This record gives sequence, structure tokens and C-alpha cells, in this order.
Amino acid sequence: MITKRIIPCLDVKDGRVVKGVNFLGLADVSSPVKLAKFYSDCGADELVFYDITASAEGRALFTDILTEVASTIFIPLTVGGGINSVDDFDRVLKCGADKVSVNSGALRDPSLIPAAAKRYGDQCVVLSVDAKRVDGQFRVFAGGGREDTGRDAIEWIRSGVASGAGEIVLNSIDTDGVKAGFDLEMLQAVCDVVDVPVIASGGAGCIDHFKTLFHSLPKVDAGLAASIFHFGEVSIPDLKRELAADGINMRR
Amino acid sequence: MIAIIDYGVGNLFSLKSSFAALGAETAVTGDPAVIRAADRLVLPGVGAFGDAAALLRRSGLDRLVVEEAAEGKPLLGICLGMQLLLDYSLEYGRHGGLGLIPGCVRPIRDYIPAGYKIPHIGWNALRFPAGRPVSPLFRYIQEGECVYFVHSFCAAECADSVIAAAEYGAALTAAVAKDNVYGVQFHPEKSGNVGLNILRAFCEL
Repeated sequence: MITKRIIPCLDVKDGRVVKGVNFLGLADVSSPVKLAKFYSDCGADELVFYDITASAEGRALFTDILTEVASTIFIPLTVGGGINSVDDFDRVLKCGADKVSVNSGALRDPSLIPAAAKRYGDQCVVLSVDAKRVDGQFRVFAGGGREDTGRDAIEWIRSGVASGAGEIVLNSIDTDGVKAGFDLEMLQAVCDVVDVPVIASGGAGCIDHFKTLFHSLPKVDAGLAASIFHFGEVSIPDLKRELAADGINMRR
Repeated sequence: MIAIIDYGVGNLFSLKSSFAALGAETAVTGDPAVIRAADRLVLPGVGAFGDAAALLRRSGLDRLVVEEAAEGKPLLGICLGMQLLLDYSLEYGRHGGLGLIPGCVRPIRDYIPAGYKIPHIGWNALRFPAGRPVSPLFRYIQEGECVYFVHSFCAAECADSVIAAAEYGAALTAAVAKDNVYGVQFHPEKSGNVGLNILRAFCEL
């Protein structure tokens, strides 16, 4: 059977990993290449890189780094941030990315999803959604979670999958950073309407949160987190060992 | 030198990088002279079978690959490249393959129960057929180790050519071999150290 995936997420700005990273014994803690290698050696099943650079120079630096990462580690890589056109897909896929994550770009121009899916296949197109409860509805937020689009998140995800998104990353703004567990209610609502892999993001604070996630929502395929891995609060080898011991299928 | 056959489909960056990490020299090429001079061949591929088979035929490389394989040169098909080694595919119509390994390609949906997501995407464990020696392609890995799959169609009716399967509601064909011709449905270039160990074994065949 397909294993559940554990995915660390790295935010990269001007060639460096941001959101402080604090690893014992890792000299250059903000080097994306070293961190990627570290996580790959730890047993991460996949890596997500978000380019949060605004400048053109920063963007060029990001693709250089991506190329270096893809030449040294050999697990699936997903890239997001600043993906607004099929040309942006092309740019990062050429550097060794396997999947490309769209968020605000697809909200601005929903035809980006079918255009990219037609060219590169559904499996290549990841729809990343930042969602938050507003007036009893799960609402899509754009611009890194700052701007309420007024769109219903479940409907947006359903239409995204219908038009070619092969995977969903659901980031709950309500649980993000709180470290009290994933947003099971929101994830369940998404799992009910799509039949593509769903990656849970936002809220993980400890190993038990991943256990609860996979046990209570069998349709969720992966758990994504950033700071708890970067700060060593949860070590990936420990996490995978404990999940496996708890009956969850893990890659060893 | 390993020739990674470039016939216009797919991104060969990771494959080339994987061999480089093993210290193996590669050429990404569609040049018949380079392909003839190579010690071994890799046939990659992503996308639709019909399109890829047409591109391979248009370039004339289909016959060359068959000739080189007939001379005993080790050949490894990866993902769609593995499916191209078979007799034919039923992916959106019926399309002929290279016929190097008996078998055909059918939708995964025909084999697995409802409730399983398609494509079969992610890490899955390799199972070796019981009662037969382990393929030399797997000499550096253990049964039960995971590799990375992404596919909606699968090899079928390969009989004794199956050297590994993956459990996904049914035993899906994960790898095939006949004499010097090998094919893997998964992506060794995305399967971490297990994948590198498979490529290393191929370099030593």
C-alpha cells in the first residue's frame, strides 16, 4: 500500500531558508541545499519549497538553488510561490521540480490549472489553498493568507480538481501556528468532495497530532509542517517510527 | 557510457543527476551513433503512450533500440519507457510498443477496487515474486523497500517477466525483465537511496 507521507516545507527568500532554523550540528542552518539533504537523509518523503522572493534577482537565485537541490537529493520536490503562468511551471520543472504548487496565481486566473494540467499532466499540478472560517463558511484567502477572496474553499477545491489539479494542499489559517493539531473538520470537508491526494497543513505541534490526523482521516495522504521540523521539536525519524508503531503505513 | 535516449518526451534532469551521483557517465542523446557506442541504454518517458510511441517511431530510434537490445546491450525502460517495451497499450486507443517484453498496458482502474485513488502516486513497497531468484537489478535492495510511483496505466499479462509488484488493491506490475531488457514502472531517480541502488545495479549489469 501507498505510505503516508511526511513533508517538511522550506520557505526560501533571496536564496536562504527563512523562518529560523535551529538544528544542532548543522553549521549552515539557512542553506536550502544543506537542509534539503538533511531532511532527505532523515527520511522525509518529499520536500516543498516555497519561493517567497519578490525580486527578479531573488527568483533567479531560487531556480539556481532548486537546480542544486535536485542534483543532490533524489526524492520528489514540489515548488510553489510566484507561479502565475505555464512559463513559470516550465521554469521550475526544468530545474528538477516534480510538482508545481499554485495558489494566488490560480485564484487570479483559474485557467492556469487546466492549461498546466494539459501540458504536464494532472499529477504535476498541486492546488494549494489557504482557508479560514468566516461566517460559518470555509473561505479562501489569497496573498499569503491576508486577503479574503469571498470564495467558498470547498467549492474552489472541487472546481480546481475538476479542471485538472492532481493534489490538494489545504492550509488552515485557523490552526496554523497554534500547534494544537491539524484542522480535522476542514480537512474532512475537503476529503468528502475530492478523490485526489490531500495534504494537511497547519497546526501540527507534536507527534500525536500526526497520529490523530492519519487515524481519524484515512483519506488524508500526507502531513506537511515547517517550524516544528526546523526547530527540532519533532524529529522526522522519531515521528515516522512512532507512526509506524501505531499501525500507520510509513516508508522505512 | 550510458545513453539516456532523448526522443522529445519528459524531463531528464533528475535521471542524469542520479547517474552522476553514482559516478556514471551519461549522454542525453537522440544521436544513433552515440546510442550505438553506449554500453547501456535508458529509455525514459512520461506522458501518453500513443504520443511517445509516435515520437520514438518518427525519430527512427524505435528500430535502433530493438536492434541494440537484440545484441545484448543492457536496456532499462523507466515509467512510460518501461511500458513502451511491451507489445501494446490500451491507453486511449490501441498503440503498438517495441515488443521486447511480452505484455500490454491497461488502465489501473481495470484491476483495483473502487475507493483507490488514481493515479497510483506515492511511495509503495516492492514485492518480489515467490519461488524465483531475485533479479540482479535488485541485488542492492531488500524486498519491502519503497520506491516512488506515479501512473494511471499499468503493465499487464507480463507472465514470468514480472520481477517486482506493488500492492495497491491488486498486485500492480512494478518491474519487468527479459534477458538484458529491464523495465521499472516507478521512478528510481526519485526513490532516494533505494532508487540509486537500483540504478547502481543497472550500471553493473
